[in-house]
Order: sequence, then C-alpha cells, then structure tokens
Amino acid sequence: MALIEFTKKGIYCKQGDFYVDPWWPVDYAVTTHGHSDHVRFGNKYYLCHTLTKPIIKRRISEDLNVETLEYGENISRNGVNISFFPAGHIIGSAQVRLEYKGEVCVISGDYKIEDDGITTPFEPVKCHSFVSESTFGLPVYKWQKQQIVFNGIRNWVNDNINQQKTSVLIAYSLGKAQRLIKNLAGDTPIYVHNSIANLNEVIIEAGVNLPETIRITPETTKDELRKGIVIVPPVMRDSRWIKNLSHPVTGICSGWMQVRAHRRWQSADAGFALSDHADWPGLMEAIRATGAEKVYVTHGFTAAFSRFLNDEGIEAAEVLTRFGQEDDEENKVDLAGQNENK
Amino acid sequence: MKRFAKLIQQLELSNKTNDKIEALVDYFNYADDKDKVWVIALFTGKKPKRPIKSALLKYWAIAITETPEWLFAESYANVGDLSETIALLLPPAENTSDFQLYTWIEELHDLEGKDDETKKEFILSAWNKLETQERFIFNKLISGNFRIGVSNKMLVNALAKQSSLDSAQIMHSIMGKWDPYKITFHELINGIHVNTDNSWPYPFCLAYALEQEPEKLGLISEWQAEWKWDGIRGQIVKRNGELFIWSRGEELVTEQFPELHFMMGVLPDGVVLDGEILAVQDKRVLSFSTLQQRLNRKTISKKQLEDAPIGFFVYDVLEYESKDFREEPLSVRRKILEQLMGGLDESPVMISPVINCSSWDELADLRQTSRSINSEGIMLKKLSSHYHSGRKRGDWWKWKINPYTVDAVMIYAQKGSGRRANFFTDYTFAVRDGENLVTIAKAYSGLTDKEIKEVNSFVTRNAIEKFGPVRTVKPELVFEIAFEGIAESKRHKAGLALRFPRILRWRKDKNADEINTLEDLRQLLQSTL
Ligand SMILES: [Zn+2]
Ligand SMILES: [Zn+2]
Repeated sequence: MALIEFTKKGIYCKQGDFYVDPWWPVDYAVTTHGHSDHVRFGNKYYLCHTLTKPIIKRRISEDLNVETLEYGENISRNGVNISFFPAGHIIGSAQVRLEYKGEVCVISGDYKIEDDGITTPFEPVKCHSFVSESTFGLPVYKWQKQQIVFNGIRNWVNDNINQQKTSVLIAYSLGKAQRLIKNLAGDTPIYVHNSIANLNEVIIEAGVNLPETIRITPETTKDELRKGIVIVPPVMRDSRWIKNLSHPVTGICSGWMQVRAHRRWQSADAGFALSDHADWPGLMEAIRATGAEKVYVTHGFTAAFSRFLNDEGIEAAEVLTRFGQEDDEENKVDLAGQNENK
Repeated sequence: MKRFAKLIQQLELSNKTNDKIEALVDYFNYADDKDKVWVIALFTGKKPKRPIKSALLKYWAIAITETPEWLFAESYANVGDLSETIALLLPPAENTSDFQLYTWIEELHDLEGKDDETKKEFILSAWNKLETQERFIFNKLISGNFRIGVSNKMLVNALAKQSSLDSAQIMHSIMGKWDPYKITFHELINGIHVNTDNSWPYPFCLAYALEQEPEKLGLISEWQAEWKWDGIRGQIVKRNGELFIWSRGEELVTEQFPELHFMMGVLPDGVVLDGEILAVQDKRVLSFSTLQQRLNRKTISKKQLEDAPIGFFVYDVLEYESKDFREEPLSVRRKILEQLMGGLDESPVMISPVINCSSWDELADLRQTSRSINSEGIMLKKLSSHYHSGRKRGDWWKWKINPYTVDAVMIYAQKGSGRRANFFTDYTFAVRDGENLVTIAKAYSGLTDKEIKEVNSFVTRNAIEKFGPVRTVKPELVFEIAFEGIAESKRHKAGLALRFPRILRWRKDKNADEINTLEDLRQLLQSTL
C-alpha cells in the first residue's frame, strides 16, 4: 500500500494519519516551509523545521501548536518515521521523508539546488517515491549562477545611483528578500519595507546571520532611498508610494524574468532571473539523485514535465494540488496562464 | 553585437517614449556607423539576406540539445517566440565573440548559396560564442523581425536629436529606397539617395481623433472641413515623365489601379498629390467592401473593373513644379490644388470637396449624414497648417461618427503573442441565432491589463474544450463590440463580416441572454447596401 494519497484536503499518509502541507484544516499538518500555499491556518498541530516555527507563528498566529525537528532528526507517528532534510528553497524549508516498513517516500515541497548563501543547501534523499514541484519544468528555464545575477543587479543599482534614480527591487518578503539582503549587502545601504523588516527580526532572533538593513519609516527621506537599495514585496509594485519616490526604477527578481514575454508583461524597468525554485536541469538532477521509482509531479508545468520523465523511463504522474496558487510570488506569475493543465 | 543586445533589452523594458528615445540616442552616440545603418534598416522593417530557413534553425537546435519535438513545442508555447526559445534551449556558450552587428549580417550574407552542412557548421559555431540575449538577436536576424515598439517617428526623433538634423528630412531619407549593405550612415541620414529617386513619396500627414468638443478648436473660419473617406490613403507621384501610386503602407500600387493611369498625361512633372483611393461610380463613393474586391490582387478581371471602378479623391498637393510645398500653409496648398485640378471634371480623379459651414453646430448636423455618402465623418484641418510628417497633435483632427456596436458573447479564447504570449487575449465572439450561437467577429485589445487577467482566469477555469491553442469557453462573458462597417461574406458562417471589430467594453452588467441576434445584424447590413 502506498505511503501517501492525494485527497481533497491534501497529501495524506494513512498509515501515520497525518497530512503534509494540507489546504484544509486537519489534526496534524507536517509543514515543508512557511509560504502560505504550503501552510495554512486552522490545523490542530503543526510539525515543521525549527526555523520555520517562528516564521509561521509570526505570519499566521502566535497561538499555533507547533512541534519542530532539525534537519536529520526524526520522530515517529503511528509507526511512520518522519524526518526532515534541507530543501534549499527558503530559510527553514524541508523535504519531508516518510518511512514505514522499509518503504520510503519524500515530499519535497518547493526546492532549489543552488546554494543561495543563506538557506541550508538542498540534499538529495534516496527514496522509492518522490513528490516534486515543476514550477519551472520546461527546458527553457536554466538559471545562471547566482553570482552572475547578483553582479547584474549590483551594476544596475550603481548605474541608477549615478543617474540619480532610486532602485526598487520587488521581492517576496519571505525567502527572496533575505536572499537579496544576504548577497547584496555591502557599501550600499539596504532599505526594506515593514513586512520584510518584521520577518527579518524573527529570522535574526532565531539565530540566522542576516546583514543589517534599515526599516523604511515615514521619516525615511527620498534622498536617502535614492542612494540605497530599496526592497519591497510584490503588493507594493504599482503603489503610489513607489511612484512618489525620486525617479524610481523597479526591478523584479523572479525566475519568470528569464523570458521576454513575462518581463514585458510585468511592466518593470528591469527583470532579473533569480529563483528559489529548481530550474529544469535542477529538477532532473534532483529526481535522478533520489533514485525514485515513482514521481508525483505537483504545481507547475505538470503535464510536460511528467511526460518527459515517463519518456526517460521514470514513472511519473501529474497530481492536482493547491500549491502554487497564492502568495509565493513566482507561482503567482505562473497562475496567470500556465496552470491550465491541472 | 553586445551593444545592440543591450539596446533591444532597454527598448523592450521601457514603456515611456522618452526613455526609448533616450536609449536610442545613447546607442547612436556610441555605436559603429555600419551598425547604425543596420539598426535603422531593421527597425524600419528592412530585412537582411536570410540564407537559412527558420525550420532548419529549429531542427538543428532540437538535434544538438536532444529535445523531443513535443517538448520544444511546449517550450515555444510558453516563450512565445521561436528565436528566443532556441536561444534559451541551447547550452551555455563555451566561447565569446566581439563581432559587430554588421559583421554577423555580412557573414550571414556570405552563406548564400552554400550547402546546408556549411550553414549548419556556421550557425552552431555562432551559437557557441554568443550569450543568450545575443543569440536571440542572431536568430532574429535570420528568421524574425524586431517588433519592439519603436515607431518610425521615435527612431527619427532620436536620430534628429543625435545628429541635429531636421526630423522631416531624416524621415524622408529613411523612408526612401536604400540598400543597407551599401549606404553609409552619413549618406543615409543626409538623404543623399532620396533626391535622385523619381518615385519616392512623402511621409503621410496623419490626424488624431478628436476627443473634445469642436468648439474648443476656436473659430470655425480658421478650419477647413472635409469628408473623411473610408478607402486607402495614397499618393500620386508624377516626376520626369513617370507616374507612381503609393499606398499608406509604403507600398507601390501603381499597377493595381489602371483607372488612374491617365493622370500620367494630365499632371505636369514634379507633382505629388495626397488623397484617398476609393471605389467611385458617377462621382459617388461606394462602400469599402466594394473597394475591397480590388485590393491585393495580382491580376484584375474585366468584371472586377466593372463592379468596382476606382477613383481618387485628392486632399492635398505636397510637391508642385518640383518644389516641396509641405511648409506652405494649407490655404495656399489648396489654391494650388484647385488650379491644378481645374480641368478634370469628368474624370474619376477629383478634389475632395470642402464642406462650407458657418458654425460648429451646423457642421455637427452634417456629420450625422456621413454614412449616407459612405463617409466616416469629418476631417478638420487648420488652414494655417503645414503638411507634417506623421502624426502631430493640434493641426489635423478626425471627427469620426460613432462606430456601430453589438453586444456579443465570448465563445473561444486564444493566447496572444509577444508580451501577452501567456495570456488568453484573442477572443472570438458570437451572437444569437435562434437556439444557436453564431460567430461574428474575432477581436483582441481594448481591455485593460487587469481585465485581461480577469478574463484569463475565467478562461482557465471555464475551458470546455482544447483545440491546440484555442479554448472553447462557457458562453458567459458579454462584451460590447464596436465596428466600422458590415459586409456580406460567403466565407463566414454568419453570412456577414464586421469591419475593424474591437472590444469597446466588458458588459459585466449583461448576461448571455441579452446579447444581439444575427437578425439585428442582417437588418443593419440591408440598411447600408
Ligand atoms: Zn515556496
Ligand atoms: Zn510552492
């Protein structure tokens, strides 16, 4: 009997009687990471990585009942062994490994392969069946090394400062923002929107080493901002606040920026293809490394990606989930047109 | 090539005309002269020699990346552009190259006549030394065009700013006949080539739509009012004993309209006339659908000549006695025109009449009768105006009658291209015919980005069927479709076709029971015949 099934409420492990990243309220929710398409309000108990706990408490509610695990640690629930391994997606993101009577299944949530300098890097886990995302599951999505992308962003910022323009980077407040802060920190001060500053506080408190940033307040002057890097979440994209800055130019950091059509649609001044999801070679590498006999393909280019895996001799099935439907910025862009396969 | 790649990226990302011009000026300041000529050529739609078919590019890319054909197709559907899909699929380049744009174009030119194996070797080695963005441009040189929202006007403004030459002169120069393989940048923008060319027309002066009350334009006595004709805007050029007819699409159409060839013997040398090519019988303008029978034909049958006789209504004179009169005021040009056309009473070429009115109200009443003479409304031209190149706000206005409208329901949706490649933006609409729905028009644009996203999400959720890129959707969303005319059509199931259909607005207040019927449209058709 399979270790997991896909139900209306989410991915369910019958033997252990718990769910992984459910979208309806359940008793026991094993949680891969803090993005709101993977963790929702209303579960009786949550099990997540130590670093995810303060994040979801801040984002959802202080009253949640949360148990935690470190990477490599395990607990047993009704005889099913649950352990966490790094997914490399965002701070605290985990692949969930389930083992029952020698059968191993890994639910990877969202993941990326490249070490981003702030998230514990992805670790492949051997398993019989593997649940994989496919947000960028087409071979046109291949990332450049992040150092190259960050050099591009730095050059852009320097050009802007020289031309008296204010550089505004649009980045999701959990994950992408911290990655930018970590990698762009240097001589140019970084100013962050409230929602990002709040999360940073929690993350620093949890013991993550995050470079210093400045919270934007009503007192922050336009002159200061023009000489720095401004990071705001996607909700601010078309806001009056940005328009009122001194000659603002916006840059979007997302894997979708790889493609011209997406770049132009976003009506930003610059697009940087920087993603917290695996690219095509990354997905293939990860799946091969698991040695899985069966792959379940969730949110993204599910049809194309699973067909390709099958052609390659890896049994794969498309699964309809509610992942990628909100909040995670990269999935949101995707929502605009590509989820029709589900 | 890197500089050009950067320019393209800047142009694609900026939404503001001024930013685009700034980017162009910056480019023209630093780029190689030979490259500049090619950039002007590419942006004005002149294509370099293309010795390789795009199908071959695709085939080679598929082969070296070992991508299954279906996966290539999926990727293409997501990216929306063949050149870009190939550029992204290829593995990272192992070498680099600092070839200029023109060098690549010349190298490609030299491939002409070579065998496929030589071509393949050249392309593969080129791909292996270009970055993704450069590769995209390289592929475009072979198989696409650069549609990046740079109008001729923008390009000319940038060149004028950079070279301090007169913009009208540059426009005339770059619209002339020139060979980018041979001309130098200096020759090109100084227009060395245009003066010697007998045939060349002037850039058309275009009007903006009048969106305010005409009273706001001041005294009616300062304006010339004419009917706005619904045909093909054209120029008749007579120089050195030769006659040329140009359409607004910068196309030479002399052969298509033998009825106008007699002008060769009538017009003196050194004359250029601006006017409208129309179907005309007994001095009466016929409908556009009649004219249509005569468009884009290689040969014309006797029957077509009889059914759709052609005439030319003259609006303006641009050149007279070989002198450029465009800087003279309209009132002066009109006098010359009247003199010039004096003896042509019995021919299908005539001056488009001036409407004499003493008040805006009187003119507004007359405008309501436009349709009865197959006119689209009224043109207002300031008597003191020059003949501008392109569109300029203030001197010329088109005061069109309101379009016809119909409420229709969306039944199919298809993804757009380019910027909108991932959104359903092209819609097909139907009206009711008894129990059935009958397709009457395809339209896109007219909606805001926000509305497109909304419709897109509706289509994603309510697709009943897929036919390749087309989705059949639940007939639920009602739109008001505006159109300029209606004609019988055997090709369409409805038996009629709408001209220039476009979405006027989304009627969220209506449901599919309340849309128009085919009978409504048939009645409209009868009334216009
Ligand atoms: Zn996520
Ligand atoms: Zn996700």
